[in-house]
Amino acid sequence: MTPEEIKNPCNIVAAKPRLLNDNTMHYCPGCSHGVVHKIIAEVVEEMGAEHITIAIAPVGCAVMAYNYIDVDWIEAAHGRAPAIATAVKRLNPSRLVFTYQGDGDLAAIGTAETIHAANRGENIAIIFINNGIYGMTGGQMAPTTLEGMVTSTTPYGRNVELNGYPLNITDLLARLPGTCYVTRQSVHTAPAVRKAKKAIREAFENSMKGMGTSVVEIVSTCVSGWKMTPEKANQWMEENMFDHYPLGDLKNINKL
Amino acid sequence: MARITGAVDIDRERCKGCDLCVVACPCNVLALQAKDVNDRGYHYAVDTTPEACIGCAACATVCPDGCITVYRVVDKS
Amino acid sequence: MDEEVTLMKGNEAIAHAAVRYGVDGYFGYPITPQSEILETLEELMPWKTTGMVVLQAESEIAAVNMVYGGAATGKACMTSSSSPGISLKQEGISYIAAGELPALIINCMRGGPGLGTIQPSQSDYFQATKGGGHGDYRLIVLAPASVQEMADFVGLGLDLAFKYRNPVMMLADGVVGQMMERVKLPAPRPRRTDEEIAAECPWAVTGKPASRKPNIMTTLELDPHGMEKHNIHLQEKYRSIEEHEARWEEYDTDDAEYLIVAFGCVARICQKAVEEAREAGIKVGLLRPITLWPYPSEAIRRISKRMKGILVVELNAGQMIEDVRLSLDEPRPVHHFGRMGGIVMDPDEVLVALKEKFQL
Repeated sequence: MTPEEIKNPCNIVAAKPRLLNDNTMHYCPGCSHGVVHKIIAEVVEEMGAEHITIAIAPVGCAVMAYNYIDVDWIEAAHGRAPAIATAVKRLNPSRLVFTYQGDGDLAAIGTAETIHAANRGENIAIIFINNGIYGMTGGQMAPTTLEGMVTSTTPYGRNVELNGYPLNITDLLARLPGTCYVTRQSVHTAPAVRKAKKAIREAFENSMKGMGTSVVEIVSTCVSGWKMTPEKANQWMEENMFDHYPLGDLKNINKL
Repeated sequence: MARITGAVDIDRERCKGCDLCVVACPCNVLALQAKDVNDRGYHYAVDTTPEACIGCAACATVCPDGCITVYRVVDKS
Repeated sequence: MDEEVTLMKGNEAIAHAAVRYGVDGYFGYPITPQSEILETLEELMPWKTTGMVVLQAESEIAAVNMVYGGAATGKACMTSSSSPGISLKQEGISYIAAGELPALIINCMRGGPGLGTIQPSQSDYFQATKGGGHGDYRLIVLAPASVQEMADFVGLGLDLAFKYRNPVMMLADGVVGQMMERVKLPAPRPRRTDEEIAAECPWAVTGKPASRKPNIMTTLELDPHGMEKHNIHLQEKYRSIEEHEARWEEYDTDDAEYLIVAFGCVARICQKAVEEAREAGIKVGLLRPITLWPYPSEAIRRISKRMKGILVVELNAGQMIEDVRLSLDEPRPVHHFGRMGGIVMDPDEVLVALKEKFQL
């Protein structure tokens, strides 16, 4: 068969999902955000849920996520996405409501909103991108920055005496009775992407079943902030981030 | 024995040349353009050895920008 | 349930009115002297009757952002707090104003600055009427002077909020919040259905049907030309509000030679002072701004022409007096009398101040 014969629409096994629109994403080459956007778009599409989805965008690199996934969006103030999602879901219980937040948004300025929304067991899903750095503002230290990790505000590496310890907020969230599903995933290989997508699907379904708060942390890279090529960043993440943020389910009440 | 053949279409203008698809491909089908760049200045990915493609979609799965369409044909004859 | 005449606190009246006016969501956080609003709503359990959502948030910041989120879905949402809590809410209020979302925010003012006191004050006038948070925006500001108005302004506030897609602040104080008075509660009006919201609020973030493009509630505009255009649009809206929505009340101004300007609970104290002054042969009238923004500047300009002097009485160091001065186009002596830090003046003090300032 010639390539032209193979390239028949009936033979497509993977393509840009319909809900991921044609706007060019502003993310840096190789950024994990793009992969996560893509699998969220796929999950919403596969669930047939675009007409009931209300997504909450953060402040951070993903502030303009609403430009790329064709569902209804609310752009939150920094860290406030879980509070917004709380009201949206309570006032519109038939809707699929999720937040999309980075580590600074979720685990620094929005810690209170995150923990209390999860502790109330709001029927929302929280997608948490953890790349250990503030990407949008130029690579400053995040709460999840690893010890010794160089950022623009820890130019000699994160010193725990000065800056405290990396905050493993997902572990904290898993301990709260309001969460039903807490998992840590990554998107650096094809199998990892497929697992992360399954996790997001489960989180979204939990939201619709009213089971409580689901948290999907995606341990991610930041090629610009880390000053590495995408390939090197993935390697560095495997070698360094996964020790402190190990992948896998932290809690799943569906599997008790 | 069934023979699996694949092919890819890459949206070269959407591609940012991040190289992740090249790394992900198990059959070394893809490479970044060494010299040519797209309208935004990126060395975009191309299928340099298309005949090796098995349509596994690893490239499309890891692509952060949704640039890749993958086709797959299973020939059982 | 019909109209009901009863006796209650101003804060309680707000809670009852919220249920009766068909509010969809109240998000609050306790702070004196307004906690009865949240307490009364929790006691009324409106989620069992009208379906109204009531939630005690983890902070004022969370509460106002819940209002932002709820309002973005086209629902009628409100929050309440008192001065220090209102400072915390300013971030969210700026977003609500920028996003042109309807919402009602109640400030039951207490004395400041800082943690201040739990006693009544009017020292958040500047904050309420000049913006409060970051950026060029305005709130419609209603100043209730009675328990009745505490109830009525929930309805008026939400009507104005939806009419102009703009946050409305009810700038109350510890006096009207805490005092008990006769109040006529409105006959209930049902909460709007999702279909009504979709029809009335085509901008609402409700989940995207196939028939329209995504609705996106964002206050981010990186293109400076786009941002200026949005600002111009906001300012045009504010001019329209200024033109149509100024509200005030006059008392004994027809033959007056001197004018007292006061809002909220202080207007009631000054009404008594006007009566005492007239018994003493001084011809004084009272103008009570009901909207603090838009300010009833035109009324003050017109009335001031007949006046020998104007006394602005406030529970602060002199904030509204600036708007009174800006309203005049002919010079008139304008003086201020105020008490601060939670002290409420009595009518005699106002009369003494009037006599002293104008050497009567």
